[in-house]
Amino acid sequence: MYGKYVFEKSNEKRMDNLLEIKNVVKTYGDFTALNNVSLTIPKGSVFGLLGPNGAGKTSLIRIINQITMQDAGDVYFDGKLLAPNDVEHIGYMPEERGLYKSMKVGEQALYLAQLKGLSKSEAKKRLKYWFDKFDISAWWDKKIEELSKGMAQKVQFIVTVMHKPKLLIFDEPFSGFDPINAQLIAKEILQLRDEGATIIFSTHRMESVEEMCDYIALIYQSNKILEGKLDDIKRAFRTNTFQVGVATSNPKEVEARLRQLYTVSPADFRIINEGLKLNITLKEGENPNDLLSFLTSQGQVQHFVELVPDANEIFMQAVNKNS
Amino acid sequence: MSKLKLIIHREFIAKVRNKSFLIMTFLSPVLIVVMGALVVFLMKKNDEKVKEIVYVDASGLFTKENFKDSKTVKYQDYTALGLTETKKKVENGDFYGVLYIPKKDSLELLAKSIEFYSSDSPGMSLMGGLETRIETHLRNLKLTHFEIDLMQIKASEIASNIKMFNFSGEESSKLINGLKIAVGAIAGYLLMMFVMIYGTSVMRSVIEEKTSRIIEIIVSSVKPFQLMLGKIIGNASAGLLQFFIWGILLFVISIIASAVFGIDMVEMQASKIPQDQLNAAKEAVNPDKLQLILQEISRLPILKLFVLFIFYFLGGFFLYSSLFAAVGAAVDNETDTQQFMLPIMAPLVLGLYVGFATVMNDPHGPIATIFSILPFTSPIVMLMRVPFGVSWFELAISMALLIVTFVFMVWLAAKIYRVGILMYGKKPTYKDLYKWIKYKG
Repeated sequence: MYGKYVFEKSNEKRMDNLLEIKNVVKTYGDFTALNNVSLTIPKGSVFGLLGPNGAGKTSLIRIINQITMQDAGDVYFDGKLLAPNDVEHIGYMPEERGLYKSMKVGEQALYLAQLKGLSKSEAKKRLKYWFDKFDISAWWDKKIEELSKGMAQKVQFIVTVMHKPKLLIFDEPFSGFDPINAQLIAKEILQLRDEGATIIFSTHRMESVEEMCDYIALIYQSNKILEGKLDDIKRAFRTNTFQVGVATSNPKEVEARLRQLYTVSPADFRIINEGLKLNITLKEGENPNDLLSFLTSQGQVQHFVELVPDANEIFMQAVNKNS
Repeated sequence: MSKLKLIIHREFIAKVRNKSFLIMTFLSPVLIVVMGALVVFLMKKNDEKVKEIVYVDASGLFTKENFKDSKTVKYQDYTALGLTETKKKVENGDFYGVLYIPKKDSLELLAKSIEFYSSDSPGMSLMGGLETRIETHLRNLKLTHFEIDLMQIKASEIASNIKMFNFSGEESSKLINGLKIAVGAIAGYLLMMFVMIYGTSVMRSVIEEKTSRIIEIIVSSVKPFQLMLGKIIGNASAGLLQFFIWGILLFVISIIASAVFGIDMVEMQASKIPQDQLNAAKEAVNPDKLQLILQEISRLPILKLFVLFIFYFLGGFFLYSSLFAAVGAAVDNETDTQQFMLPIMAPLVLGLYVGFATVMNDPHGPIATIFSILPFTSPIVMLMRVPFGVSWFELAISMALLIVTFVFMVWLAAKIYRVGILMYGKKPTYKDLYKWIKYKG
């Protein structure tokens, strides 16, 4: 059954979670988009909602944004059942970016800010701050259709965050951003997290957000198959495999000795000097230090790294185990 | 400001600032008046050209008295020259045409044998005028033949204008009936135009939000229903403003135009009526006719008309534009809208046809009554019937049905809208729309 890889966060109380999703079900006609999905998103964390296209991520995000309603299950926001006014505390950047093409940048941003519950004067003040920060004040009276794509992306980011939401949801956050803007946006997002915001990244390109995430959840075919602290998950999915590189005069003999002691497979990576390159998997309870001291006795150790699975590999393993 | 107000405000501003709106608002009344004035001007110039007609009266029954010159036609007696020679003269272009009255045994035979020759075919009004002259004279001749005193006949002529009453005490007459038809037709036609122009405008606005992909950001802040309602109200306000400006501009420009082109509105009307009839009319008509018309207008239930006009105008617009919004939400681009447009347009056009075909002749007949109660045609047909006085009972049924249908359709449209705005790609079928309506939440 699904859900056996959920890592308990027993020490965390409900008030420490900004968002709790309990047994949410969503169907469109005969198609089940979300099958009994539960998630817990702690305050101030960066949460990666990962899964391939069509897994149900966007359906879940639309429920959090109250664009659609779940068929069953509950969503708690900041300890209370999600209510209509909560949209003022959520900032959402959808996968498909867009603004009114023929509307002026400033007016448009003001309009969207007011829809999020800001007063006109407050919205103006905050927009000025962000426009100055991104150095785009000169674009206030331009229409979106006159802007370059990069500029429009900055405006898009500003209208997502300007009402200082408690929860920021980015669907495919860096798709469509050029590397410079992507870096700028990533920096700003982490800054917002440090100021207390909770971030959800939803993406099918897991490697793009892995470094920034504190927690992840994997969604696959409408089901959540994995959830927890990224470090915990990685620890659980570690295979005790080390990638080693040794410069030695008799590589064949060393390899043969290693094969007697451990599970060994050839490895391919880049180091400056040529030498023996292997992946060595230790058994439960074996100390990597023993391996290291053996290697140092055989030659010059140039490379010694534990192979930690990345999100992609974890995902593949989780999917295989579940299907 | 509430979110709905914000949306209405944005939709209104976006619409009003649009260049095509400005052009439509300020140029079209100018164009209408200029075109109209041009037509009238040309017609007038045309009428000013005096036609010379000669007549050859072989019967000897007609005199110069029967062919008095009018403003546009001058007559000359060429009986002496004979038909063949006169025809040659006409062919040479000396005259417009020749009227030949042969000699016959009986007046009946004569009446059927009169001929007219001209290079180009004469207009209806010219021939009508000639026929009237001949008929009048021949009739008088016959009356004399029967030894009836012409003076007695003249003295016995009496004009009657039957005054019509209904049981709620409203008085009507033929004159006011014409007025009622005009008021009803204009109101119905305006409503249809309004629904077509601003309904499609609502639809375009929905499609724009879909194609620019801003829709998901908007609906993460407001309910789709609010957005749809805001769009409809915003566009309706822009449309009402446009109609208001048109009204003022048309009034101002027609005053200016009539001054520039020197067209006297009364004369313009008069020029269409053959001179003889006009003279006769002038004699018959009460000198304070204008006062009579004003009196009749003031007798129309102006306040009731105005209130019902606003009610059906808004009711009809909301009903139809919610459907337009649903269509906009269902498709990705305007070219895909056609298959859904037909069922929306059909009742609208049907309403107008039924209105023009039945209300004019029989405002309280069964067809007019039924169509003024059916919700999709009621705004147009009822608006046309209202000036004729519709019982409160019928009005109540019609209005109640319109409100119920309107609420139901807005609810239904909102369901399609809510799902459709987030759907991209495949062009939906009616089956898809039905499925969307059944989705929960």
